[in-house]
Amino acid sequence: MIEVKDLHKSFEEEKVLNGINFTFETGKTNLIIGQSGSGKSVLLKCMLGLFKADKGTIEYDGKPYYSISDEEKRELRKEIGMLFQGGALFDSMTVEENVMFPLRMFTKQRKKKDHLDRVNEVLERVNLKDTGKKYPSEISGGMQKRVAIARAIVNRPKYLFCDEPNSGLDPRTATVVDNLIHELTVEYNITTVIITHDMNSVLEIGENIAFLKDGVLQWTGDKDKIFETDNETVTDFVYSSDLFKKVRKAQLHGH
Amino acid sequence: MSYLHSIGEYFIMIKGVFGRMTKRSVLKELIFKEIDELILGSLGIVAFLSFFIGGVVALQTALNLNNPLVPKSLIAFAARQSIILEFAPTFISIIMAGKVGSFITSSIGSMRVTEQIDALEVMGVNSLNYLIFPKIIAMLTYPFLIAISMFLGIVGAYVAAVFGGFIVPDQFISGLQDDFVGFQLFYAFFKTFLFAMILATIPAYHGYYMKGGSLEVGKASTTSFVWTSVFIIITNYIVTQLLLS
Repeated sequence: MIEVKDLHKSFEEEKVLNGINFTFETGKTNLIIGQSGSGKSVLLKCMLGLFKADKGTIEYDGKPYYSISDEEKRELRKEIGMLFQGGALFDSMTVEENVMFPLRMFTKQRKKKDHLDRVNEVLERVNLKDTGKKYPSEISGGMQKRVAIARAIVNRPKYLFCDEPNSGLDPRTATVVDNLIHELTVEYNITTVIITHDMNSVLEIGENIAFLKDGVLQWTGDKDKIFETDNETVTDFVYSSDLFKKVRKAQLHGH
Repeated sequence: MSYLHSIGEYFIMIKGVFGRMTKRSVLKELIFKEIDELILGSLGIVAFLSFFIGGVVALQTALNLNNPLVPKSLIAFAARQSIILEFAPTFISIIMAGKVGSFITSSIGSMRVTEQIDALEVMGVNSLNYLIFPKIIAMLTYPFLIAISMFLGIVGAYVAAVFGGFIVPDQFISGLQDDFVGFQLFYAFFKTFLFAMILATIPAYHGYYMKGGSLEVGKASTTSFVWTSVFIIITNYIVTQLLLS
């Protein structure tokens, strides 16, 4: 579980996050949604320690991130898996080497075969059994995303962060990636935080949603409750999606 | 002010490079890879340039030696001095600022643009150490490249002078040995070592702290080449002033 308490962050005069309070639950897909410029990515970077918040705390299972020692932070980071928007795969390495990277860096296990077994296991889990020897540039965008997921989970993390996991993917592949993240969240019982503005993802895997606008948390709930809210800021945003309109219409007609 | 900021940032980067070390087995592999890319990968162009520039230095000296009172061995002497003192260490380093420097800036810059550096940081890897330390260690072998450049420059001078019919082999060898001062070799390799550090760190700085997209990677490479050359020239002047004058 990750608890964000009264988080503030400004860049010079511009306030980007303004008193965010939210609890990201374990074993659930926690979504941060909102328009571009709403502060989603800044919140994620604050949680990852890439930005230092001006005020407030972030607690990883009770451990206050900003107060623990550097050594403890490093240990904590080993428990974090991250899926970047563009995948952020190392292009000088093969798929296999990319996935093996966290293992090589942080485990004392010296036998390459043991690492390889684990790499093959996760590659198989993300349905990429025969791509180990290829370079990221030789595989499709959807496959790159799945390799990035494999790299993120190879060390069995306790926390998984995903920055717009299905951006740039076709709807079918996007659904595959969404479902894969959800399945892994349940399977490994991890705390998954996903940033997205894709309404499809909200409908597919939105178990615990935080809606941000102008750096302020406007609404929280799950994918079912989002249809019931009368918060105008939220409805303006979600009903700009045709998919949402159709689903709502079907619900109202009892289908 | 922005220059002061950059200087401060550069030294903070250097401190970070020697901060928390990457796992030794991974580092060892990276160092060999960097030696291959930065040093061995430059061997061809350095050999080519050294041989022909050495030849041209000898030709120019021979063609301008009209006074019969000046011994022909001066051709070899002049070639040796210019190649060992300036051409190999300084001129080749400026070429390397374009080749190796741009490569370092663009490879690190691309990693910045595609969030690969963020990925390293999130994983808890000291990205400065992981990316730049192996390059610095690899560049410690740079003096060997310059030694090869010196050797091939002199070979080029020999070929041009002897086979061009300007001088006989014995005269050339004698000219090469005339007034040889060992300290000058120390001076040449000392400044080569300083240039190696400049070649590894200034381009790395420009790549690591670049902002923007792929267009900015290109701009950062150009800026990095300019500043690396400037620092090589300034360092050359200071070291020459301190050690030889």
